[in-house]
Amino acid sequence: MTLTELTRLKVFYVLLLFALALIASSTLVARLGFQEEFQVLKDVSLGAMGIFSSLLAIVATARLLPQDQEDRTVYTILARPVPRFEYVAGKLLGVLLLLALSLLAMSALFFLLLYFREQSALAETARQMSPLPPEQLSAALDAVRRSVFTANLLPGIVIIFFKAGLLASLTLFISTFASTSLFSIVLAVFVYFIGHLQATAREFWLQEHGAAWFGRTFFALVALIFPDLQLFDFSDEIVVGAGIPLLFFLQIAALGAFYIVIYLLLAIAVFTGKEL
Amino acid sequence: MKTATLAICGLLCWGAARLPLEHALYTARAQRDLRAIPIDLALREQVGQLGVVAALGGLRSVAADFLFIQAYVAWERTEWSRVLLLFRQVTTLQPRSVLFWDTAAWHMAWNASAAALNDPTQPRLALRIKAQRAYFDLGRDFLERGIEHNPERAELYEALARLYRDKYRDHLRAAEYFARAADKPGAHRYARRFAAYELSYSPGHERAAYAELKRLYSAGEQERLPTLISRLKFLEDKLNVPLAQRIPETRN
Repeated sequence: MTLTELTRLKVFYVLLLFALALIASSTLVARLGFQEEFQVLKDVSLGAMGIFSSLLAIVATARLLPQDQEDRTVYTILARPVPRFEYVAGKLLGVLLLLALSLLAMSALFFLLLYFREQSALAETARQMSPLPPEQLSAALDAVRRSVFTANLLPGIVIIFFKAGLLASLTLFISTFASTSLFSIVLAVFVYFIGHLQATAREFWLQEHGAAWFGRTFFALVALIFPDLQLFDFSDEIVVGAGIPLLFFLQIAALGAFYIVIYLLLAIAVFTGKEL
Repeated sequence: MKTATLAICGLLCWGAARLPLEHALYTARAQRDLRAIPIDLALREQVGQLGVVAALGGLRSVAADFLFIQAYVAWERTEWSRVLLLFRQVTTLQPRSVLFWDTAAWHMAWNASAAALNDPTQPRLALRIKAQRAYFDLGRDFLERGIEHNPERAELYEALARLYRDKYRDHLRAAEYFARAADKPGAHRYARRFAAYELSYSPGHERAAYAELKRLYSAGEQERLPTLISRLKFLEDKLNVPLAQRIPETRN
C-alpha cells in the first residue's frame, strides 16, 4: 500500500533525473580517452545512485506518518485490528521496496550504458590496432574490458541500498516525534552531513587523550548518536579498481541491516507511546 | 517524556554497542588503505568550499571528475597554471585514482614543459630552460605523491621511470623505478627488461646491467628482443667478456 501511495506521488521522476545525469556525463566525457571515460561514467553513476537513493529515502519517508495523520488515514487503519508496530514496519517495508526498485532501475540503466560504451570502445580499439599481432590486439581489448565491468560494482550498489535503507529508517524514527514532514527532512539531511563526519569525531574521541573534557564529551555524543555514513562509501575505491574483500561488503551490509532494525524499533517505541 | 527518555537511552545504548565494531571496521579499512580521506582544514584550503560540500555529501569522486574535465578544457586552451591548479584539486579530492596522478604528471612534464621551452614571449633561452625544468619537477612531484597514496600501483613507478629516462636523462634513477615497477602486482613484463636497459646506460653499473641482461636472455626466447641483444653485445664488448661466454651471433 505504501509503495502504491509513493508511486502515485511520482517519486520515480528521480529515475528521469538519473537518466539525464548519465546522458549529460556521457556527453561530457565523449572526447576523453576510454579509461578516463569509464572512470567518469562510473563515478557519476554510482555518485548519482547514492545521492538520489538517499534523497528518495529521506523525502519519501518523511511525509508518510504526518500525511496519514493529516488526512486521518492513520485512524482508519489503527481502528482495525492492526497493531501499531505492524503499521510502522509496513511503512518502512514499503519505502525499502521502493528503494530497491529504484536502484534496480538505475543499475539497469547504468549497466546498459556501460555495455554500449564498452562495445563502442572495443570496436574503436580493434579498428585502430588491427595492424598489430593478434596477441597484442587481444591484450589491448582485455585492457578495455578490465576498465569497464569490475566484480565490485554489484556489491557496491547493494551497499548504496543499505545506506539508503538506514536513512529511511532513521527518517521514519524522526517523523514519529516531528511535527511536520519539513522538519523531518531538514533533520535527516543534517544527520546525513554529520554522518559523513562521525568517523572523524569518533577517532578523535577514542584517540586524543589530551583534549579538553568538553571537547571529548561533544565528540563522544556525536559518535554515539549519529550513524557513521562514511563506512558505506565504497564508490571511490570501486571506481579506481581497489581490491575490496567480499567480507568487508558483508560486514558493512550487516551493520546497515542492524541500523535499519534499531531505528525501526525506536520508531515503533515512540509511535506506540504516542497519543494520536 | 518517558518515551523520549527511552528513545534517547536506546540511541545511546545502540551507539555504545556499535562503536567498537565501527572502529574495528575503520581500522581494517585503514590497514588495507581503503579508508576515506579525512575531511579537514587542509582539504578545505585546497579544494574550496564546494569541494568540501561535495566530500560531505559523499560525492568526492564526482567533484574530482568534473574538475578533471575542466582541466582537460584548460589543457586544450594551453592555460598551464590553471591545469596545474585543477590537477592539484583533482588529486586532493581523489588521491586513489592512478589515472589522475599519471595524467597530471604527463601534462606538466611533457606538455607544459615543451610549451615553456618554446615560449615565444620569453626571449632568453636560459629562462625558458629554467621554466621547462620547473615543469619537470612538478611532474615528478605529482608522481611521487601519487606513489605515496598508491604504493602498490606499478603504473606510477613506471611513469616516474619514464620521466627520469626521457626528461632528466637520469638512467640510474630510471632503472631503479622500472625495477620497482616490475616488483609490483600487475606490472608489465617489459618493466624488468627496461630496468636492465637503463642500467646498461648508467656509467659504473655495467657489470650489474650485464648480469641482469644475461639473466633475462637465459629466461627464454620471449625475452630475446633486438634491443636486449644489442645492449648485451655492447656490454660484452665494453666489459671484454671472453668469447666463450658471449651470446651467439643472431642469424640476421
